[in-house]
Amino acid sequence: MSTEAPPLSEPLEIQFDYTRSLGPVLGRFMTGLAERRIEGVVGSDGRVHVPPVEYDPATAAPLRDFVEVGQEGTVLTWSWCADPVAGQPIQRPFAWVMVRLDGADTAMLHAVDVTSPEEMHTGMRVRVRWADEPVGHIRDIAYFLPVDAPDDNPPTSPAPPRTEHDGIMVTPIAASYQHTVSPEESRYLRALGEGKLIGQRCPRCEKVYLPPRGACPTDGVPTTTEVELPDTGIVTTFCIVNVPFLGQQITPPYVVAYILLDGADIAFLHLVRGCEADQVRMGMRVRAQWRPREEWQTSMRNIAHFEPTGEPDAPYESFAHHL
Amino acid sequence: MKQRAAVLGTGQTHHATKRHDVSMAGMLREAIDRAMTDAQVGWDDIDAVVVGKAPDLFEGVMMPELYLADALGATGKPLLRVHTAGSVGGSTSIVAASLAQAGVHRRVLTVAFEKQSESNAMWALSIPIPFNMPVGAGAGGYFAPHVRSYIRRSGAPEVVGAMVAAKDRRNGALNPYAHLQQADITVEKVQASQMLWDPIRYDETCPSSDGACAMVIGDEASGDAATDGVAWIHATSMRTEPTTFAGRDQVNPQAGRDAAAQLWRDAGITDPLSEVDAAEIYVPFSWFEPMWLENLGFTDEGQGWKLTESGETALGGKLPVNPSGGVLSSNPIGASGMLRMSEAAKQVMGKAGDYQVDAARTALGHAYGGGSQYFALWLVGADKPE
Repeated sequence: MSTEAPPLSEPLEIQFDYTRSLGPVLGRFMTGLAERRIEGVVGSDGRVHVPPVEYDPATAAPLRDFVEVGQEGTVLTWSWCADPVAGQPIQRPFAWVMVRLDGADTAMLHAVDVTSPEEMHTGMRVRVRWADEPVGHIRDIAYFLPVDAPDDNPPTSPAPPRTEHDGIMVTPIAASYQHTVSPEESRYLRALGEGKLIGQRCPRCEKVYLPPRGACPTDGVPTTTEVELPDTGIVTTFCIVNVPFLGQQITPPYVVAYILLDGADIAFLHLVRGCEADQVRMGMRVRAQWRPREEWQTSMRNIAHFEPTGEPDAPYESFAHHL
Repeated sequence: MKQRAAVLGTGQTHHATKRHDVSMAGMLREAIDRAMTDAQVGWDDIDAVVVGKAPDLFEGVMMPELYLADALGATGKPLLRVHTAGSVGGSTSIVAASLAQAGVHRRVLTVAFEKQSESNAMWALSIPIPFNMPVGAGAGGYFAPHVRSYIRRSGAPEVVGAMVAAKDRRNGALNPYAHLQQADITVEKVQASQMLWDPIRYDETCPSSDGACAMVIGDEASGDAATDGVAWIHATSMRTEPTTFAGRDQVNPQAGRDAAAQLWRDAGITDPLSEVDAAEIYVPFSWFEPMWLENLGFTDEGQGWKLTESGETALGGKLPVNPSGGVLSSNPIGASGMLRMSEAAKQVMGKAGDYQVDAARTALGHAYGGGSQYFALWLVGADKPE
């Protein structure tokens, strides 16, 4: 039985506000919502689609025949959501429903605000609860209520006047990951936390990988032999990043270089500092510049950057096969 | 045994930075409607639909093929989505072709797209991964060190990158669908533009585009029945390799060399430079023209830049490369590979307008993607293959 510590794991949160170009059909639908109207589109077979579809599901023809539908409808089916997550329409237990609005032939997915699943049944009648401040977004329909339910907090603002929708809708999207690394990479990262660089050697081709992979990508065999590497090596090739971009964590300009440690057979990307960017050369000898020990974590960020050692450059022929 | 298949028609959008006037579905339909008109087919003639686009993070729509099914006329038909990063437009074309070549379907509609204005590809390609250095800097940051390696290895003069950019942008000005219209660009202007990811300059970098490309691919009977010229598919090939492994050649990847060798063998081509009349090669950063000329076997290793420098890859040269303006003039990422395939087809169909290569009978379409991991190639001809 292994008594090894479990693999390292860290959250990875990403989010972005996507800009939706709605086009003529959904653009008109959102314009209607901003005015607290709901419009569907009539298909080639006479069915009314709500939300409207841009192209006919049967004939693929563009659809442009709009019709206003009711703000009450019938629940065709439902599912109880006991534990809402951030971003869902109601931040307390609620029911997901497929609701067919009066005058529509298709159902749309939405939410009904009731306190328990006992208050839900298929075939029940519901009505729209509008958002307080409509903006021309699908969220202008806040949720649905049972038709006979009192609304303690109806929107106070009047429906806004007809305005031309700009056809753009911003959709914030976030994703939460838990990033877990392999046992081999965990050992490597824990060694980094002690200021050591631990790679692995393939038993067949004898190439040394840092970070270790656990298996050789060329031979497909497990790699078990650990090799401690020095914190010196060369720059094989590099670029100078001058361009700023969203989410960038390092202020440009900076040099991103492939660093080949002495004794390793594969280079990794890191920063080169300690000289002017235009002084960095292919083959330049470099040494790791570690952060202060008290800042060390289980991360390659323990090495702040690599700096020139001042030794003569490695000849091109010695690293040409690493490019 | 593969059956013969042909491109019956092609269509594309006018590529632009922001197509805020259309939805994703509407943008695809512009390309599809043009391709179906060009192929003279209606929806009843289409037996299957194959769609391609790059990573979902680029638009933030998971599995967009589901939402797009109505617009693609895919109701009641097989609908496939292909994904091989930036090469996806090329591999999507090949998957669609294979359905006709296999005798499964008579006519297949294929379409690829990207609507970059809905998001930010540079952000999407630079997500900082826990435990690692946050050194990712988009596609340019990834490829720039390998471009530097190519320049060092080949001894190419620095001007070659600027020559490619100026040539492709001038070609793009002959193409009404191209995003960038820069008829007056010069090598000097390219050289004077800002270094973004040294050694890659601003003017040596592809734009960020909204756009789509579509084709109708048919079986032999459909190709024979067409009255307006078709592009016969003479050979296709795809290869893949891992992003990193010890000893990987990042400048001249083995997967690309293998894909090219198979393509020439299957098409019966022994001397690509003299037997191919035009090439649409995936060149998002200018230096990839000489790099891929070598990888594809048009020249020996280290010699690609000489073909570019001599002017032989310009219109009127021995091998016009990217007469349409290429990725350097329009880059709707997912569509960019299919644009290469369809522009090759247009050349042999005689439908390339002001950038038509004289007497083009045989043309190459090429796409690559990921960290130079995915390669998709096809060779099309005006004549039916033996």
